[in-house]
Amino acid sequence: MFGKLTFDAIPLNEPVAMGGVAAMVFGGLAAASLITYFRLWGWLWKEWFTSVDHKKIGVMYVVLALVMLLRGFSDAIMMRTQQAMASTGGAGYLPPDHYDQVFTAHGVIMIFFMAMPFIIGLMNIVVPLQIGARDVAFPYLNNLSFWLTASGAVLINLSLALGEFARTGWLAYPPLSELQYSPGVGVDYYIWALQISGVGTLLAGVNFVTTILKMRTTGMGMMQMPVFTWTALCANMLIVAAFPILTVTLAMLALDRYLGMHFFTNEAGGNPMMYVNLIWAWGHPEVYILILPCFGIFSEVISTFSAKRLFGYKSMVYATVCITLLSFVVWLHHFFTMGSGANVNAFFGISTMIISIPTGVKIFNWLFTMYRGRVQFTTPVLWTIGFIITFTIGGMTGVLMAVPPADYVLHNSLFLIAHFHNAIIGGVVFGCMAGFTYWFPKALGFKLDERLGKVSFWCWFVGFYIAFMPLYVLGLMGMTRRLNHVDNPVWHVYLVVAMVGAFIIAIGIAAQIAQILLSIKNRVALADLTGDPWNGRTLEWAVSSPPPFYNFATEPVVTGRDAFWEMKEQGLLNEPLPAYRKIHMPKNTGTGVVVSAFITVLGFALIWHIWWLAIGGIATGILVAIIHSFNEDRDYYVPSDVVAQTEGKYFKQILARA
Amino acid sequence: MRAERTESVIRGVRLVSIDDLWSGMRRVFRCCGAVGTTVVGAALLAGCDIPVLDPKGPIGSEERSIILWSTVLMLIIVVPVIVMTLAFAWRYRASNETASFAPDWEHSTRIELVVWLVPCLIVACLGVITWNSTHKLDPYRQIASETKPIEVEVVSLDWKWLFIYPELHVASVNELAFPVGTPVHFRLTSGSVMNSFFIPQLGSQIYTMAGMESQLSLLADQPGDYTGLSANFSGDGFSDMQFKARALTADAFDAWVATVRASGQSLTPEMYKTLSQPTEQTPVSYYGDVSVNVYHDALNKCSDGSLCTDRAAQLAMAKSTLSGPLAICTPAKPEGL
Repeated sequence: MFGKLTFDAIPLNEPVAMGGVAAMVFGGLAAASLITYFRLWGWLWKEWFTSVDHKKIGVMYVVLALVMLLRGFSDAIMMRTQQAMASTGGAGYLPPDHYDQVFTAHGVIMIFFMAMPFIIGLMNIVVPLQIGARDVAFPYLNNLSFWLTASGAVLINLSLALGEFARTGWLAYPPLSELQYSPGVGVDYYIWALQISGVGTLLAGVNFVTTILKMRTTGMGMMQMPVFTWTALCANMLIVAAFPILTVTLAMLALDRYLGMHFFTNEAGGNPMMYVNLIWAWGHPEVYILILPCFGIFSEVISTFSAKRLFGYKSMVYATVCITLLSFVVWLHHFFTMGSGANVNAFFGISTMIISIPTGVKIFNWLFTMYRGRVQFTTPVLWTIGFIITFTIGGMTGVLMAVPPADYVLHNSLFLIAHFHNAIIGGVVFGCMAGFTYWFPKALGFKLDERLGKVSFWCWFVGFYIAFMPLYVLGLMGMTRRLNHVDNPVWHVYLVVAMVGAFIIAIGIAAQIAQILLSIKNRVALADLTGDPWNGRTLEWAVSSPPPFYNFATEPVVTGRDAFWEMKEQGLLNEPLPAYRKIHMPKNTGTGVVVSAFITVLGFALIWHIWWLAIGGIATGILVAIIHSFNEDRDYYVPSDVVAQTEGKYFKQILARA
Repeated sequence: MRAERTESVIRGVRLVSIDDLWSGMRRVFRCCGAVGTTVVGAALLAGCDIPVLDPKGPIGSEERSIILWSTVLMLIIVVPVIVMTLAFAWRYRASNETASFAPDWEHSTRIELVVWLVPCLIVACLGVITWNSTHKLDPYRQIASETKPIEVEVVSLDWKWLFIYPELHVASVNELAFPVGTPVHFRLTSGSVMNSFFIPQLGSQIYTMAGMESQLSLLADQPGDYTGLSANFSGDGFSDMQFKARALTADAFDAWVATVRASGQSLTPEMYKTLSQPTEQTPVSYYGDVSVNVYHDALNKCSDGSLCTDRAAQLAMAKSTLSGPLAICTPAKPEGL
């Protein structure tokens, strides 16, 4: 009846796991009771969960990302403390079977459920506004994308309380991830959480490519698009091209595990190395899916806060496109040590180095944007400068590892761990934080507290170096990744320093939480009444903060790159129009939530081999989607007087402030 | 009025400031040489405690020098970038009214040419290093030496290393010995999941993969005991999957072989089956006699007595040759073509 699911699935004898479960349950209960106490369920459902407004979906993505950051970071703290405690011969407090789940979960959560939702969330909030559109091309699909991602996140967190998570490392290389070596449900949680959220991401990619290509406002040619939109376009092209590879690879692994097939098994003609190739054919473009939009964020931030045009826009665009194309011909650098011939290894090594050229160009362009500017050291600028320094170092160690003979001694060592955290924390996390602070007032109508923002930045920045520079040295000392325990007093010192760094980052995260809470408390004082708190340059600043649900009362007409800046220069703004026209808008729908709920049931049932429930889940999910497709009542017109009223209020605010 | 002023500011600045910029950049580039030399020196000094930077064989030595020289080459661009970031951010801070301000300045062919060309040049240098060194240090390439290489067959198991000496007919678990100054030619496979065979102080690592054979040549030119390990996560017992790599003088190596021969145990298919069972923190063990086919059978997945994969492939080839290549392998010619 319940497949493999029994009461033994609850890890009652693992105090650390149960502690996590307790924290999640109590946190969830506390949130739920607060929502009930303030009678907010109806409001959440009507205004947020079922919303097809890209701005609200974006906010939900970012909230998901921040929650998952806490989960993934607690895994990081556990790893650092375990290695520090268990490096002088002791066993530490995490036995290997639990520790292996922790590092797998850390990687999976940070990439799929922290970085990806953060990036997609920021794109949701900003891209339609930057291109002067009223919403994305497929608003309902957008809502569904979010809920599918959330569904994957639910499954992965469920694995803490029921059963186990994968003990394979974040890419689940076979044969270790095959049934023979991983008979438990851990890898199944991995497969279905990623499959479901992966479909969500793919749909989001399709949505954004269409939106950016088809819905730009009058006058905005490709070369007039803001750089963030350009990078978002390239990242979403990569999503559309790369995520199907992930889906197929994981599907083949699932076939091996569920139907006894032999794609990647040791036996019967399977070839595990094919999986390694396939997963990295997705995995390397994935890195650029994350970093390209961050490059866009830094470009916007540095230009706005230097009060200056972005230096070398065309170079920036060509560099982005180069990186997009090249990202597909470098995947083999993740496994030079597999024994490919020298020609193959050298080809992939050199192609990897070539990617660093356009990346280097971008860095110079940011430098020359500051050059002869008026740089204001706001929090987003601090994140940007921190990024340039950190990412340059990360890029250098990356190019070093692209030389195959260097990689032969550095591969899979802590040097590699230090390198990619150098690129991902320095690039993606700093980028997300910069974007978060920069666009927060646009999304929610008030600015974030600057002082705590700076505290957070410095803790992250200093903590990062203290946490990861020792790992470079440890890598050169021959310490390999994923070790549960070692006995080496020299390494111990470095591991303790790294742990201290992780705790400094923890203070940074605490400062961010405090920053958000304090800013909510002081939201009136921090309110952004004009919609343009930073003297911005692109169209998202041309509307109120938060923008009206229809974004633009009239379609803006663009004449150049820094569209809003030019409007301000020409004094074309801040005039209410004599009359407004009615606006065509999509209606909210609960279908995305309901379909995703049934898909979550499907994933859960597949993990535990509860076949009747799996069939029920997928059948109902599809049925709901079909019923939704017959729903003709999905759009409406905002009457012109409502538009006039909303706009009138905004202009009154501006005038009151002037 | 305002536009005019901006224009003149730009023109004024272009006369002075860009040239200043160039001389500044030249100064920074010159500093890099100094920094690079310091880094290499420091790395060599610190090398004693850092195995990868303190190699005991030619492969490791070459890899160290590649790491150091690539780093220096990249520092030529990394150091100026970091210095310029801090310098520009400070010089053009909003409160510094004396700094020039050119809000509409967004393009300079000269600068853009340099920022594309400098990385291109450095990558071109690195590319040459990469191409040559990858061929020179190809793990499959035998090390040129007057001494005849010693052959070692390696099987990674859960969670231990099995070393077979096919020429000496001995084997050992978790201890690898070889004569110093003699190239060691490894053939490697895995009896279970993927691992990576790595002795940091001797240089290159390589994956061990079930059903596949990889090769690696290493050489130690100083006697000593070096740590060997698995560099690819392989499950619960992974952390203790270490072995001792002993580079011995010729006499000591002969003595070691004699000790192994005297151990009284033999590596039979049954013993291999026992060794294949997952164990953690497996102690060193010696096998004075080795059945001929243990490595072959592990590689071809017939340790359990089933049909070996190489034999199966031979049979399949024979079958297709017998029944004629056209009948089985290629579709019949479509008619009319």
